Amino acid sequence: MNFDPRFSGRKFASVGTRPIRPDGVDKVTGRARYGADFNMAGQLVGRVLRSPHAHAIIRKIDTSKAEKLNGVKAVITAADLPDLTDGDAGMYDILDNCMARTKALYDGHAVAAVAAVDARTARQALKLIEVDYEVLPHVTDVDEAMKHTAPVLNDAVFTEGLEQKPVKPSNVAKRTQYGHGDVHQGFAQADFLVERSFKTEQTHQGYIEPHACVASVSSDGTADLWVCTQGHFVYRQHCAQLLGLEASKLRVTSSEIGGGFGGKTHVWAEPVALALSRKAGRPVKLVMTRDEVFRASGPTSATSIDVKIGARKDGTITAAEATLRYTSGPYAGMWAELGAMTAFACYKLDNVKTVGFEVLVNRPKTAAYRAPSAPMAAFAVESAVDELAKEIGIDPVDFRIRNAAQEGTRASYGPVYGPIGIGPTLEAAKHHPHMKAPLQVNQGRGMACGFWFNFGGQTCTDLNIGMDGTVSLAVGTVDVGGSRASLSLVAAEELGIDYSHVKAIVADTSSLGYNDMTDGSRGTFSSSMATISAARNAIKILRDRAAQMWDIPVDDVVWENGQALARGEKYGNLSPLSLKEIAAQSGKTGGPIAGHSELVADGAGVSFATHICDIEVDPETGATRVLRYTVIQDAGKAVHPTYVEGQYQGGAAQGIGWALNEEYIYGKDGRLQNAGFLDYRIPVCSDLPMIDTQILEIPNPNHPYGVRGVGETSIVPPLAAIANAVSNAAGVRMTHIPMSPPRILAAIDAERG
Amino acid sequence: MVEVTLWGSLAAIAGGNSKVEVEAKDIRELFRKLAEQYPGLEPWIDRGIAVSIDGTIYRDTWSKELPQDAEIFLLPRLAGG
Repeated sequence: MNFDPRFSGRKFASVGTRPIRPDGVDKVTGRARYGADFNMAGQLVGRVLRSPHAHAIIRKIDTSKAEKLNGVKAVITAADLPDLTDGDAGMYDILDNCMARTKALYDGHAVAAVAAVDARTARQALKLIEVDYEVLPHVTDVDEAMKHTAPVLNDAVFTEGLEQKPVKPSNVAKRTQYGHGDVHQGFAQADFLVERSFKTEQTHQGYIEPHACVASVSSDGTADLWVCTQGHFVYRQHCAQLLGLEASKLRVTSSEIGGGFGGKTHVWAEPVALALSRKAGRPVKLVMTRDEVFRASGPTSATSIDVKIGARKDGTITAAEATLRYTSGPYAGMWAELGAMTAFACYKLDNVKTVGFEVLVNRPKTAAYRAPSAPMAAFAVESAVDELAKEIGIDPVDFRIRNAAQEGTRASYGPVYGPIGIGPTLEAAKHHPHMKAPLQVNQGRGMACGFWFNFGGQTCTDLNIGMDGTVSLAVGTVDVGGSRASLSLVAAEELGIDYSHVKAIVADTSSLGYNDMTDGSRGTFSSSMATISAARNAIKILRDRAAQMWDIPVDDVVWENGQALARGEKYGNLSPLSLKEIAAQSGKTGGPIAGHSELVADGAGVSFATHICDIEVDPETGATRVLRYTVIQDAGKAVHPTYVEGQYQGGAAQGIGWALNEEYIYGKDGRLQNAGFLDYRIPVCSDLPMIDTQILEIPNPNHPYGVRGVGETSIVPPLAAIANAVSNAAGVRMTHIPMSPPRILAAIDAERG
Repeated sequence: MVEVTLWGSLAAIAGGNSKVEVEAKDIRELFRKLAEQYPGLEPWIDRGIAVSIDGTIYRDTWSKELPQDAEIFLLPRLAGG
């Protein structure tokens, strides 16, 4: 990488300001085009037939009646998506999840699809497809699935990571372990011990926009896909591989996105739409219903977690241990492993051990959800930490400060930390006015910490300077949270021009080099690095053009504050040349002026947050009300502070829903009973207080401006902060998320005896 | 020569060694040497392994140099949301 990413400590003119968002007008006037807003001439309507069974062998699928229905142009099954994955187990799972091959593995698993001239015909056709199922016993609960008596989902799965190679297949796909020191010795040194078991239910990211795409495959082997996604380049790779297309011949354009939060990092409907289009010879639009989104996209894991923490009387933690069991749907994942890595990452521990178990169940394939797996682990650990502080008789903030990780601490997942922000977020919480505000009867306050890794990745950016001196910036990371605004600020900063003269777009896959997805809180971190690099490359050309215009050596030209200056007394009579003046002459000095960058943005820097929450509990009904909520988080450098605050508030809002109401409810038949927003309740505005934010800026040494990712960490502490608040308000420790009114009432009743 | 710490699953493939010494100047050479010493690691390297150098995690910068006295940890390639 020919680019120095080190933090430079520069002063900013544009970065850190709060200009109006460039996508705002289109979004509030309805002009912005989301996944379902795109149409192509002659397009068909795609619909998917889904399994009504949680677990069943597909004996036979008869599509003949559907194919004969007037208006039906294509019917596909797994036979139309042959296995081209070449031994890639992860891709095979994606293929099988897109269209069940031999077994339906969960309620909602796709088994066939149709393309027809209209939605009514497509729905009729689905009813004419005859599927002969052999229904099998199913399991949806994480603890039940681990039992020897549980029905085994996949006979080819033998637990990885055991000392002895297993001889029988199992629903436990993998065991992982992290930690250091000796926990037995550590617990022996403890004066106080807390040992508890926790459960969290499966939740959905709850993005408002369902999955939607329009696919068009031509007979010459080229194809177009318009889609709502967090990563159109990754979708291109996956779809090309699954369909046997050349990646360069599949152009994928990302729409505006109505939320993703990790749920749109994975293909579900897109390969199906492409296969339908290929068979029908016409474009196909496929939009998932909300019911389908719940039943057949990628929710987060349900979990079962045991935690044990010991401490001395002086408040020093001597040992910490956790066993984490996470559902991954019917395919192996790394969700428990991420929980095991993050569980104790906030703390300085001499003795720590975490063990993760990835558990297969008859539920949809788990996908990432904002700092995937960390919120559930934090819920269990931070609940136990709070309880331990109480037992010792130490203020919970002081207890955490005493044990907080710092630079030089060995992280529970292995490496030694560089400069980190957990301590400053805790100190900020300790001194925040929220902590001193009075509480009334039946009200409780809770706080908790959270950690997430953040990462960067492959990134490519083009910066083009028009002849009028305005700048267009083409990036390849989908804008999920305001990155077009922040990247425009970065381009303006580097070039020394006004923000209003920069227009950022998300380019399609045929217009720009490969970009990893917008995940891992990487959008602004990675693409700002590439934008800085592209702008600096453009400045080299601007200097060269100015040198031509002045007829002096380029080495005598410097770039300052948006203009070229001739350096040296001999050029005293030369007036500076602005970017606009140089751009106007570009046709006569060598042609268009542009800067390009392709790089791997690594060194994202880990992120920490501390949240404070006040809750009121009605002891008669178990109903809760969030009274006040404060988020304190390290951003490294907030490029556009309003968007950073939005990320903090959004994570907290999702966490509040997860903590108090949201859960997948399965019947005894293994079918999802609440696949809609009426029965799966996400928070609405009236459920939430104004969420206060405090941005800390501890520069990331591996970014020129000190930027860290901010998108994910904000969802890590809420489950625990709210659980601690509810527990304090209700006078009983809550151990099961969501803390819905019936669960709270049951806990209060049990405590009262 | 740098000392590299492997996480649990990887250590099992490397003959139970959680720490191995490798003569490597950068991540690319580290992976090549590891694959030579422990062929079972090759598919893991192909699928993606992250390298923590003094606490900073690198996923794809294979040209990153490995300082002689640096703490080097191999970690699973992370997923994000």
